[in-house]
Amino acid sequence: MADTRRPLSPHLQVYKWQVQMMTSILHRATGIALAVGTLLVVWGLLALAAGESHFDQFKTCIGSPLGIILLVGWSWALFYHLCNGIRHLVQDTGAGYAIPQFVRSSWLSVIVSLLLVILVWAYVLTAGGAA
Amino acid sequence: MSANAKDLRHPLKRARGLGSAQSGVGHWWTQRVTAAALILLGVWFVITVLSLLHADYATAKAAVAKPWNALLLILFIVTMFWHAVLGLQVVIEDYVHTRWKEVVLLVAIKFLAVLCALAGVLAVLRIALGV
Repeated sequence: MADTRRPLSPHLQVYKWQVQMMTSILHRATGIALAVGTLLVVWGLLALAAGESHFDQFKTCIGSPLGIILLVGWSWALFYHLCNGIRHLVQDTGAGYAIPQFVRSSWLSVIVSLLLVILVWAYVLTAGGAA
Repeated sequence: MSANAKDLRHPLKRARGLGSAQSGVGHWWTQRVTAAALILLGVWFVITVLSLLHADYATAKAAVAKPWNALLLILFIVTMFWHAVLGLQVVIEDYVHTRWKEVVLLVAIKFLAVLCALAGVLAVLRIALGV
């Protein structure tokens, strides 16, 4: 809880839903998810360094149904954060702030990230199953 | 120097460019630079992982041990944790309103990030150097 008793600005529920607000919230949410996902990268490398039995254990974990669900989630989070991150870098130059452009680039981030995640998992599945 | 006679700030304050928070645009800029690096490193990482989809233990280990792969992996790990800490820091500053909890969390994510980054780098070095 806040220590201070200042008046609060209107909260989320008073606003009409817009795609720009969703892309902004998702950028944070996927960023937090990816920060947790960094632990998976380190786990994999530690297992690879520790020996074959440790690495097999790691492969069993990420190849389990729960592991696959998490990997699909993390891969989408990565692609979304990547696409929307590039969008933010472009906006940092001052470009793309007209409302129609802003809405269009928001949808572009969402759609391209979904296409990329479908593409990657299609490759994984056609290459003969996950993990 | 003081073209604006109404500006009450000391010229030195403007020259230092550190603003009211005393840290200037350092956080903002570092977040962008690490983001730009992670576009390249992230895409490389995804492609590398996909190329090792059905690799056995020895193949995966040999791939990580290749000089370029080891170098890029270390760069990826360091940049990834750096970017993650900068992002999580903003989230904590925005949503944790009790000062002591905020400070504890800010320090905790830094400790955790340095620990995990070093663990990851050491794992890559052990594989690359064959120790």
